[in-house]
Formats: sequence, C-alpha cells, structure tokens
Amino acid sequence: MHELAISQAVVDAVRERTGDQRVRSLRLVVGRLSGVVPDALRFSFELVAEGTPLEGADLVIEEPGGRARCRSCGTEFGTEGLVVLCPCGSADVAVTAGSELLVRSVEVA
Amino acid sequence: MCGTCGCEGDAGVRLTTLPDDAAHPHPHGPSGDTGRTVVLEARVLAKNEDLAVRNRRSLAGRGIVVVNLMSSPGSGKTTLLERTVRELGVQWPVAVIEGDQETHLDAERIRATGCPVVQINTGAGCHLDADMVRRGLEALDPPDSSLVLVENVGNLVCPALFDLGETARVVVMSVPEGDDKPVKYPHMFRTADLVLINKADLLPYVDFDPERCARQVRSLHPAAEVLQISATRGDGMPAWYGWLRALRPGLLPPG
Repeated sequence: MHELAISQAVVDAVRERTGDQRVRSLRLVVGRLSGVVPDALRFSFELVAEGTPLEGADLVIEEPGGRARCRSCGTEFGTEGLVVLCPCGSADVAVTAGSELLVRSVEVA
Repeated sequence: MCGTCGCEGDAGVRLTTLPDDAAHPHPHGPSGDTGRTVVLEARVLAKNEDLAVRNRRSLAGRGIVVVNLMSSPGSGKTTLLERTVRELGVQWPVAVIEGDQETHLDAERIRATGCPVVQINTGAGCHLDADMVRRGLEALDPPDSSLVLVENVGNLVCPALFDLGETARVVVMSVPEGDDKPVKYPHMFRTADLVLINKADLLPYVDFDPERCARQVRSLHPAAEVLQISATRGDGMPAWYGWLRALRPGLLPPG
C-alpha cells in the first residue's frame, strides 16, 4: 500500500506551492507502468487530504500507456506490461514511457 | 508575486499560471469564482529522489558502499546478512540498517555477530525511504570506505518505488517461493542490479527452475545478474562477496 506514501507526497508537493489555499481539484499523471494503482491512490488520497486544504478535492488522473524501444532493432512500440518482448524477438528493450508519476496542476479556489 | 505576469499573489508562494492564462484571466480577490490553475509539473517522488541524490553524493564522497536488500518476508535476508557480516566483515568494515514494521528481532540477530546495527521501525509503513536511511546512517556513523547493508521491509511491491541513495539494489528471492516471482512482481525485479536465489540447498526438493527464473529476470532487466546461494549452507557465497567487492570505488576492472 505504497499509495499512502504516494498520496502524502502529492499533498506535500501541492502544499509546498499553494500553502493554505483551498484546492478544488488536482490533475495527476499516473503512467500505466508506474507501479501505482489509481483506485488505491484515490482511496488513500481521501485519507491523507482530510483536515488539509486539499480535503474533498477532485482527483483527475491521466493514465498514459507504456511505450518501449528495442535496443536490438530500434523498433518503438506500445506495451501494457513490464515484461516486454520486441516483435523481433529481443528482450533487450527499454521502457520509454508509462512510468510517469507527476502532479500536473491544481485548481485553487 | 505571480511568476508569469508580475501581479501580486500571496506572499511566499510562487505560482505559475498556465501558458494560455497569460492574458491575465486569473481572479484577484474573493470575487473570483472560476478558480485558478496552478501548474506544478512536479514529480510526485521528487522529495525522496532529491534526498536520495544527497545520500548518494555524501556516501560516494566517503567511499561508502550501500546495498539495498529487498525481498518478500521469509526469503532469508537476515540469515544472509548474519553470514555476510561474519565472513566479509573480517576484511571490510560492515554495518547494517534493519528495516521492519515492528520489533528489534532482526537487529538483535545482527548485533549478536558483533556488527554495528541500527533498527528502523516503519510502523504502518511498508518500505524504507531516503530520509529514513539518512537518519539511520547518521545514527550508525559508518567509517569511510565501509560497506552498509540495508535490509528493507519484507515486501516485493512498495520498496521498488523508493530510491534510498544506495550504490546497488539487490532482490533476494528463495526457492520455496517459486520461480515465477519476477514476472509476478515486475516493478521490484526491473530495478534490481542483482537477484540472489537463496535456499538453493532446497532445489532438489522443490519444483523451481533456476534457468526459467533467470530468463524472467533478464526479460525485465537485461543487465541484472543472477546468483544462486544458500545462506545456511554457504553455497554461492564467494560469488556474492565478489559481486559486493566489485562495488568498491577505486577498483580497476580486471584485465
């Protein structure tokens, strides 16, 4: 349940910028390969935001899909998992997108 | 002051408006009803990552090697540490940071070997983070050019996401857990520099294919090394010590 620590980090990062201003909504980027489960994040965010200016804020979560590039043949392709095999058969593949974990923006009152 | 247009905002808080906001639409005063977008584009784990960079820099400056050991509970990490500090500690000063949710049981086992040890109890926490390790290192005060082994909280999920500022990351798995752990917990294994397959003495009794397991590890992280060991019987320990010694700074590669 690292989403609890992730939620705390989200609240800390936002408050560092917006202080005591009430936050109405947050836009997060949680890549599909980031290892963070959006539903668990929503659940723990509610707990962590309680009593802070982020309490009750809407969470809008963008979930970009995974991308990978084969180091053998150079092909780029989409992937939904971390066990990635290039269509050419090579397992020497670098994940290039989908691991993002960002606070994109917030809406303050 | 607003960083984009220079209007007076709340003192001490730096706000940057969206680029398409540059025409000054954000409300001044309580009459504004539409809210205001504050762009952060901030990495959620930036604070931990910054602390990890600081740990890594200060450790490198003192020639200290830190190894983050991660595994599920019961893989034999503490037994591995006991043997490692006994056998390797005679040539290289070794200290240990123990991470568990509760109890000092593991730290007491390490202390019994005579090795300096600090226990971090995370309470409800499921992983160590860079700040906990910084505090652990402060309390431990390891000598320059020493080795610090960090036993993370037993958990194959959460520790994967947290950089501690370590020199290298090691995942310990054990034969009775099954050879499919890497594909079941890909986030953990993709960050591993080394995977130790412990309890290799049980291989004759358990349906575990070490080659299949190694293939899975390489499909997640092609550069990861895989070693078979038995921390109770001693198999493979010289290779593990050799791998650790190769992390020491200032050593020229052989040949």
